[in-house]
Amino acid sequence: MSVFLTSLVALLSFWRRHPGQFLTLLGGLTLATALWSGVQAINAEARASYAEAASALGQDELDRLISPDGPFAEDIYIALRRAGWAVSPVLEGTITRDSGVIRVLGIDPITAPPAAQTIDLSATEDLRAFLSGRVYGAPELVATLSEGGFDAPLTASANLASNTLLMDIGLAQQVLDQRGLISHLLLWPSQHKGLPPIAEIAPMLDRVGPDTRSDVASLTNSFHLNLTAFGLLSFAVGLFIVHSAIGLAFEQRRTLFRTLRALGVSARVLVGLLVAETLLFALLAGVLGMIAGFFIAALLLPDVAATLQGLYGAAVDDTLTLRPSWWIGGLAIAILGAAAAAAQSLWRLWRLPILAPAQPRAWARASEAALRRQTALAFALIIAAVSVGFLGDGLLSGFAMLGFGLVGAALLLPVVLSALLRLGARFASGPVSEWFWADTRQQLPGLSLALMALLLALAANIGVSTMVGSFRLTFTGWLDQRLASEVYVTARSEAEAEALREWLEPRVDAILPIWNLEARLAGQPGEVYGVADHPTYRDNWPLLTAAPDVWDRVAAGTGVLINEQLSRREGLFPGDTIRLPRQWDAPIVGVYSDYGNPEPQAMVGLSAFQARYPETPRLRYALRIDPRLASGLMEELQTDFGLPADTMIDQASIKSISLQIFERTFTVTGALNVLTLSVAAIAILTSLLTLARMRLPQLAPLWALGLTRKRLAWFEVLRAALLGALTALAALPVGLLLAWALLAVINVDAFGWRLPMHVFPADWLVLGLLAILAALVAAAWPARWLSTRAPSDLLRIFANER
Amino acid sequence: MKDRTVAVAAALAWFSMADLGSAQGFAGLGETVEDGFTQPVPNPEFSFPADHGAHPSYRIEWWYLTSNLTGSDGKDYGIQWTLFRSALAPTQTDDWSSPQIWMGHAGLTTPDQHFVSETLARDGVGQAGVTTEPFLAFIDDWEMRSTASQDADALSALTLTARGEDFSYALELQADGPLVFQGDRGYSIKSESGQASYYYSQPFYTVSGTLTLPDGDVEVTGSAWLDREWSSQPLEDDQTGWDWFSLHLDTDERVMGFRLRSATGNDFTAATWIAPGGLATALPNGAFQITPLTTTEVAGRGVPTAWRVQIPSRGLDIQTTALNPRSWMETLFPYWEGPIRLSGSHTGRGYLEMTGYE
Repeated sequence: MSVFLTSLVALLSFWRRHPGQFLTLLGGLTLATALWSGVQAINAEARASYAEAASALGQDELDRLISPDGPFAEDIYIALRRAGWAVSPVLEGTITRDSGVIRVLGIDPITAPPAAQTIDLSATEDLRAFLSGRVYGAPELVATLSEGGFDAPLTASANLASNTLLMDIGLAQQVLDQRGLISHLLLWPSQHKGLPPIAEIAPMLDRVGPDTRSDVASLTNSFHLNLTAFGLLSFAVGLFIVHSAIGLAFEQRRTLFRTLRALGVSARVLVGLLVAETLLFALLAGVLGMIAGFFIAALLLPDVAATLQGLYGAAVDDTLTLRPSWWIGGLAIAILGAAAAAAQSLWRLWRLPILAPAQPRAWARASEAALRRQTALAFALIIAAVSVGFLGDGLLSGFAMLGFGLVGAALLLPVVLSALLRLGARFASGPVSEWFWADTRQQLPGLSLALMALLLALAANIGVSTMVGSFRLTFTGWLDQRLASEVYVTARSEAEAEALREWLEPRVDAILPIWNLEARLAGQPGEVYGVADHPTYRDNWPLLTAAPDVWDRVAAGTGVLINEQLSRREGLFPGDTIRLPRQWDAPIVGVYSDYGNPEPQAMVGLSAFQARYPETPRLRYALRIDPRLASGLMEELQTDFGLPADTMIDQASIKSISLQIFERTFTVTGALNVLTLSVAAIAILTSLLTLARMRLPQLAPLWALGLTRKRLAWFEVLRAALLGALTALAALPVGLLLAWALLAVINVDAFGWRLPMHVFPADWLVLGLLAILAALVAAAWPARWLSTRAPSDLLRIFANER
Repeated sequence: MKDRTVAVAAALAWFSMADLGSAQGFAGLGETVEDGFTQPVPNPEFSFPADHGAHPSYRIEWWYLTSNLTGSDGKDYGIQWTLFRSALAPTQTDDWSSPQIWMGHAGLTTPDQHFVSETLARDGVGQAGVTTEPFLAFIDDWEMRSTASQDADALSALTLTARGEDFSYALELQADGPLVFQGDRGYSIKSESGQASYYYSQPFYTVSGTLTLPDGDVEVTGSAWLDREWSSQPLEDDQTGWDWFSLHLDTDERVMGFRLRSATGNDFTAATWIAPGGLATALPNGAFQITPLTTTEVAGRGVPTAWRVQIPSRGLDIQTTALNPRSWMETLFPYWEGPIRLSGSHTGRGYLEMTGYE
């Protein structure tokens, strides 16, 4: 035991003497754990919110009756009740307020099955209040709405998803202006025997099983996979740091190991001690990383929540909850990561002969053979990436392709750099210059891990910023086309809409109805829109593909348009037909881009829409007017006509809201990008620190030959800058390929749209400079260390005392 | 059924007024009356068929039918069919905003089984309600429907259906006597301080029909008794429950009698002696005397299931025994309700309802 303890103290004393290295190791592991666990915390929070939303009315336990045509008359509910079926009505819909889209849930608490009783109405007064108009909402939503914009007594409840209001079905029918309608029926788990079949009473209804996963969960899956991939990338980059820090410590403690072994400590004990040490580090860094990860998540979560809300309409709490599974998972990954990073060193120690020459060498000096093996592996991975890209289908294979490709490219980097350096050496003139190129190549194996990390970070950066930039360019152009009307206004009832049309007639150039119907399209919840025949659409609407005379056919009701999401998901193109509500098999005449909308959508001519869906509320209108008169009109609408401000929005505001949502969507990606890049910089720093110490024997002869310490230090800095620049250069094609894969493969699978790729060379230049800067900053410390070495240190190299 | 009842109970405890034993009285009947509800007043003038329908300005109301039956298999049976109306406010509309709640109870008792079903409904949308022309009281697929001819009283002939998870029944009822008005011409006093309800009955039904049990159908015949009652505050604060008897004597006379138990020991009784032709005589407080003989442990509480019932002024001194002592109605506000047999000075059959036993 005392041997164990003494040896452990001896091993650990190393860290006391090298606090910088201690901090690097701890920092690397902490950072890796933090990024990974931060992303996991965000994902967990979002998933919990989806589950909560899914279980809000017991949809996760209860069978439901739905109509493929959307909301149906409550008479059908009554008919089922009068036939003895224990069913309870629900009306679900959305309203828009200044704070965003709000999901309205209307229920009948008297007939609701126990699983659907989200709110406790067991107190007489609570039930009475609920039936006479009390509305429940999540605390934040209630706080927002209490300031105005919602005319009902609001009560906060933590049981509701963050964008949801729960109210009596009667009130919901008024709020959603769907009087006499319900959107689905909840079936009690037990029913009386001998009832007539539902199909006889309500043939239009389909019975569907419990939703264990909400629609939202499957839609947002791709987004979370995206985040996870980023988290994993950051973690991998972090492990590079840990690996080099542990490798360095191993090299530096060679003499110590030899001494301990010579004193009788068995290899088993020694390795055991180092395992214990690694575990200790992992636990310490794990806890620190979890704390940091929590803060990262808390910082990013509001943006993620806004993104999910904006992109998918998915409500996610923007406050973080600590879950035990998250803690355990985070610590486990820290330990696994540390173990992976330490494995190589431990393996070498295990096989170390007792009295091996304790000669520190440039560790991991790869032989030609090793380099060849690495090249072969790199090519194998790249081939795998290409074949997955060609053969695979879906998001997972998309990510597999990216993963293989990126790792393959990283592994190829030392080979490419080595070739480039050999090329550079040809232009060398004079011995110092020749030495510089040769020495740089000589150092490559020691630096290659760090450089690979840098390559990954840079490539990810280029790829993601190209993707975001392309998206932004396309999106803003698309918004201009799509939001051609100057003012958008929503009446609160049919009667008001009627009056509104009359009032507007003399005041605007055109009143374009935007009437829509919620319906299942190809089995997914979606929407059908009725659009007027007007140049606003003919001239502007962003069609991707169209049959001849597309707008004439839409206007005549003999053709419909579908959005890109629906087209891609179902493989529907002009010439095919789509089943719309009321058994209308409508010919498709065009496909339009519809960014930011997760749901399938179809557009039909207004007259056809009115003819087929006459009961649809006709409340929303787009108004064409001289843009200079728009704000005056909106004022008049409020003062003269008496519409509240939250029922209308002008083009500029809706555009800015859309762009805001867009920007927030990529805040997270941007933040993770910066973090990954800084992790890579730290990795380079650690590697250089390692090398600087080991390279003294190689530098001392140069010093002895007359090169000053300062000049040698400058060479070190220059070398770092050169390697940084070369890596950045190598990262460019990798990054562009990544961008292409994101736009053409991942986006299509994740969101259902494909975007044209735009390139931004100015950004590359900035990034290249950033890479060089990172390398310079990382090299500055070891260079300074070198330039301030006492001559005696250098002289000692020649003494034979080590 | 059980989980359903419990769960609905959670949502609707207001209806159950869970604390039956407290001074709040049974089923909320003793709660302080909200302003705006109409109060019963003496000397009512009923108008039919309108008064067979609902009175939404009163707080609570029921259509309550019990029937003693004999099966073709020789066994005795009993059924209960009840529609309750409870008002959150004294108004009624024809949409979801109507502040009235409906509740249905159905029971079916055999010598060794007791089936219960309960259902709830909002007013205003057609899930439950009472129409008067033609008369139909319904909730979900349960119905009490008039089959009487135009010139006869709407309640003089009925079809009655109800269904639970594991039972159902369909009966035809024919009354061979008039409506009977309880208390003072239908004004039924419930306490010495004058709490009262409007209360009339149709006790003269003969019945035939079919019971559907888990083991199969049983053809039945027998007699039945319908109570109509509405009020806004029938119980005193200290009244904790009641014992209510409806008796079909083999002499073709009928008796209705109840005792309202008081937490202060100041019990209140009322009874009506009904001659074979329908002539009703109200008996004053104290004339109707009951004494528990046997207590049965049911649903975790002691409930008296055998009684001595005396009306000395009419020479009535009988013992009642339950067809099934476990006729427990496990509903939002649970109570005991089941068929009984009579022996002693008179013989016959009847129904017993007991509330407020803890």
